[in-house]
Amino acid sequence: MSELPTLVAAIDTGDTAWMLAATALVLMMTPALGLFYAGLVRSKNTLNTFMMCVAAIAVAMVTWALVGYSLAFDGTGDLIGGFGHVGLQGVDFLPRNDESTIPHLLFMAFQATFCIITVALVSGAVVERMRFGAFLVFAALWSVLVYAVLAHWAFGGGWLAERGTLDFAGGVPVEMASGFSALAAALVVGARKDYGRQALLPHNAVYVLLGAGLLWFGWFGFNGGSGFNTGTNSVLAFTNTLLTPACALVTWFVLDLIRGRKVTAIGAATAIIVGCVLITPAGGFISPGWAMVLGFLGALPCYAVIVWRPRTRVDETLDVLAAHGIAGFTGILFIGLVAQIGWNGLADGLFYGNADQLLDQALAALAAPVYAFTVTFVLLKLIGAAIPLRASEHDEAVGMDVTYHGEEAYVTGEGAILVVPEDGIEVPVPVADPG
Amino acid sequence: MKLVIGIVRPEKANDVLEALYRAEVRGVSMSRVQGHGGELERVETYRGTTVKMGLAEKVRFEIAVSDEFVQPTVDALCEGARTGAVGDGKIFVLPLDRAVRIRTGETDHGAVTPVDG
Repeated sequence: MSELPTLVAAIDTGDTAWMLAATALVLMMTPALGLFYAGLVRSKNTLNTFMMCVAAIAVAMVTWALVGYSLAFDGTGDLIGGFGHVGLQGVDFLPRNDESTIPHLLFMAFQATFCIITVALVSGAVVERMRFGAFLVFAALWSVLVYAVLAHWAFGGGWLAERGTLDFAGGVPVEMASGFSALAAALVVGARKDYGRQALLPHNAVYVLLGAGLLWFGWFGFNGGSGFNTGTNSVLAFTNTLLTPACALVTWFVLDLIRGRKVTAIGAATAIIVGCVLITPAGGFISPGWAMVLGFLGALPCYAVIVWRPRTRVDETLDVLAAHGIAGFTGILFIGLVAQIGWNGLADGLFYGNADQLLDQALAALAAPVYAFTVTFVLLKLIGAAIPLRASEHDEAVGMDVTYHGEEAYVTGEGAILVVPEDGIEVPVPVADPG
Repeated sequence: MKLVIGIVRPEKANDVLEALYRAEVRGVSMSRVQGHGGELERVETYRGTTVKMGLAEKVRFEIAVSDEFVQPTVDALCEGARTGAVGDGKIFVLPLDRAVRIRTGETDHGAVTPVDG
């Protein structure tokens, strides 16, 4: 099927250099997401929201190194990988297989940054009320039970990859996994106590725009690096990452104008994310022209869900389902329509005479949401049976920052009395009784 | 004619607004203030620096009302702001000498009575 020449197992310095940079770019996306999310919540929850993303780096990097990477990328089992790379055994400087031209260690690091941002994405569904400790437990288990499994299906030689489902940079394990898990998490954890009663507004639109900008910048590593080389697919994905979000922005502007006669800034930030997600699965597989069409049209269902969701009782707070789940779903299916072998060297889509490709894509678009939603739902129910998932009403009212971190985002210092330790021993200080 | 000042927890400000609305009290000013009542201080740590927050964030409502609205206003403030824990705030009722509605020049009772539409 492949028209591209088979490469010999050897390190390519150009590929390695780009993948080093791409890995760093993708890691930056997680703090960028923290900024994006922090701007969307109320000021009393700024730090906690940001910290969920920071915590994703801490938790998911460790679980990935311990077991996640092995389950995702060791062996070619249908549903799950093996334990051969547990604790990063056998992950060294040689390429991991004959097609790879970069050190195995670098491949693992690049994939780790994907696991991290995906865990961080899910937090958007439960911000402003989930207990920080419970989130850490959830993040650790979710990174293995959902992310690693779906990464194996799509990237690691699992059943979707075997069938020939095309997923360039993570429509299955990143976008649909986070989006549909977010829906499950919002249902299990429940709505914020003020949801539907009061206007719960973003507290800093500039953070949101800055976060979106940094995410887009990082996405060039995310999509551009998902070819693992500096070849044609990588260049195509990189360029499409510029085109699709720009077109999604245009659509969003028009829809905003029709709906409210004003083009909104937070809408624009959302459109950038939606555009980046749309092109994530399709980046290296579709022509630049179709990438533009994907941006123009793919934004429509996402916009519709974002407008519709707040009218429901489901407090999927930061619309991970719309921006990631629906956009990832749309992107995965779009490949099945417009993939061109002339551009990707792998397969054509329905419009170019290969209806089977659309079937493979549809299977992924069905299986990934069902798996992610079900496992997340059950996982959170089980965690919830062991420890409380939610902050108390009092703590939710006071805010997560003071409650879980003992810090405030916008502290003035007025009236703060310095507690001086005597001879290196902490002076006991009276603490407000939360009861 | 009285000026009712209510100093409440910021997280209860929306509940107070709701309670005032239900009591049909219109015309409210609100400001963010910092204060210290009897509550125990919160402890926060920034890197190595541990501080006791001696002043707590509060929201201050100022409501000018005619005499028959004093009690409903006080009740609404209590109902909306009470959690039962130390730090719920205070209400002060002050005599009010004059009130003028700038738009029309109406004074006193007319100035603190809401207009329809």
